[in-house]
Amino acid sequence: MFEPLQYEFFVRGLVSATLVGGLCGFIGVYVVLKRMSYIGHGLAHAIFGGAVVSYVMSINFFVGASVWGFVSALLINITTRKQRIGADAAIGIVTTASFAVGIALISRFRTFTRSFDAALFGNILAVTADDLVAIVLVVILSAVIIIVGYKFFLFATFDSEVARYYGVPTGWVDTMLSLVLAATIVVSIQVLGVTMIAAAIVIPPIVARLLTNSFANMMLLSTGVGAFCGMGGIYLSYYVDVSSGATVVLFSAALFMLVLTLTGIRSRIASARGKAASRSSLMDMESGPLH
Amino acid sequence: MLHPVPHEDTHEPPIVELRGVTTGYEGRHVLTDVTMSIAPGDFVGLLGPSGSGKSTLLRCILGTVDLYSGEVVVEGRSVTQRRPRAGYVPQLETIDWNFPVTVQEVVMMGCTMDYPLFPWHRRRGKERAARIMDRLGISNLARRHIRELSGGEQQRTFLARALVSNPRLLLLDEPTTGVDIKTRDDVMHLLDELNHEGITVVMSTHEINSVAAHLPRAVCLNGRLTADGPPGEVFTTEILSRTYGAEMPVTDYEGITIVAERPHFFGRENTRRRQRHGHNVAEKRHPVGRDNRAQPHSHRHGHGE
Repeated sequence: MFEPLQYEFFVRGLVSATLVGGLCGFIGVYVVLKRMSYIGHGLAHAIFGGAVVSYVMSINFFVGASVWGFVSALLINITTRKQRIGADAAIGIVTTASFAVGIALISRFRTFTRSFDAALFGNILAVTADDLVAIVLVVILSAVIIIVGYKFFLFATFDSEVARYYGVPTGWVDTMLSLVLAATIVVSIQVLGVTMIAAAIVIPPIVARLLTNSFANMMLLSTGVGAFCGMGGIYLSYYVDVSSGATVVLFSAALFMLVLTLTGIRSRIASARGKAASRSSLMDMESGPLH
Repeated sequence: MLHPVPHEDTHEPPIVELRGVTTGYEGRHVLTDVTMSIAPGDFVGLLGPSGSGKSTLLRCILGTVDLYSGEVVVEGRSVTQRRPRAGYVPQLETIDWNFPVTVQEVVMMGCTMDYPLFPWHRRRGKERAARIMDRLGISNLARRHIRELSGGEQQRTFLARALVSNPRLLLLDEPTTGVDIKTRDDVMHLLDELNHEGITVVMSTHEINSVAAHLPRAVCLNGRLTADGPPGEVFTTEILSRTYGAEMPVTDYEGITIVAERPHFFGRENTRRRQRHGHNVAEKRHPVGRDNRAQPHSHRHGHGE
């Protein structure tokens, strides 16, 4: 258990994966409740395009990719607000187009030497001290934003239109959360990989949702589950010698299956009890949050 | 009848005033040239077919739609200058019932803008929420998920959210749509109690008879204002036909105006039968006693046959 902790690269990877997992779980609550689950997948691809552009133009990766991701997220929000276009379609259009920019640049400049394997599938060994600093900065940014805006986020996520009637600045809320989302994905790419981020964003909130009916609890639980999966996934990666992004996702998926099974059994027991007592009102209450 | 007479005219300035309002979305006019005012303590039912502008009128009062012309004044201030302080209850159908929120969390949303820069809800807000939930009889449900509530409890939860910031004006979008008859009655009596406590209530609805039974004032819309007044005066076959584009027989049962659905024979055999019996087809609705059958009255059928 403590054996891998003697390697500095492992400790750095473990800390980064835990923080990144928590971040993804935290912002995932908003993403899942807004029914935009695929925005994580899409934005990761868009940011890959941004990374290539910053590389070609020799701009700092974090700056270039964050700006690119943030602009893509804003474009998705703006497109979605035009009511006839659904969020799913907007994600499909905007993010694939930005991904295509990256691919176009790579194929145009054939001299491209940099390996993008790590970016696509995640490589925890390649996490540098700079990467870790960036992750910590994003954690602080997200914490500040959520502490200041918690009330707004709850109302705007629950019912954006009515929140607007009550004077909540819903446009700002969406912009702030897009910023956190873009920043989270930028710092997660190194650890999880473009192709694995979607699961890290979606699984923890769903696990949390199975366990609670309260928004505040879901936020806390999802962040915790995400961090736990990040940590567990890295340990798994060390012992089975598999790429870190994949192990984090597999670890989360296994946890999801476990929780799903347990809550399923619990609700069956509850409904069986309800039937036995023939108290139908009780049965409705305890048959679980997603029924 | 809960209101024997409409609220008497007070000399207080109106709480809501619409002056020649034309409004809509993306350049499309939904309401044209609406002028009306609502006095403090009024209880107004907005009627009209789907798409007639009921919800738009509510949004207009909230100041969240574009005004193409005219002015909306709430509590003496134009809504374009300052967001009015009004409680709003959305249609229950628009709520995401799977969203992870408890009753308490929903009610507290109503305090969101009380101290916008303060990250958490303050104790004063929490105390007010506790009082309102107590008043509406949902305190024992505070920790329940919104899905685990009955229709009446759901409606009370969202009412509590609207009332928690102590508004003088309460706007409700179809509070009686999609609820069973007991819940509807429950909601209407609750609104009436709140109204008697001094809150001005404006609600849109499809339930003409609920309006007739509970509300002192009905406003009919169909892209423009088609009628405004006490239900007994407003609910005539002629006005309802202008509002809904359909003929509906109107009758009176022990002083309550009742609008019935048009039976298949309405305006045909029935009219002929009565003409055979030498009845006059009246120009205007007139009350009939409880033993009389619903009598259809309309200009068109009256003169046409």
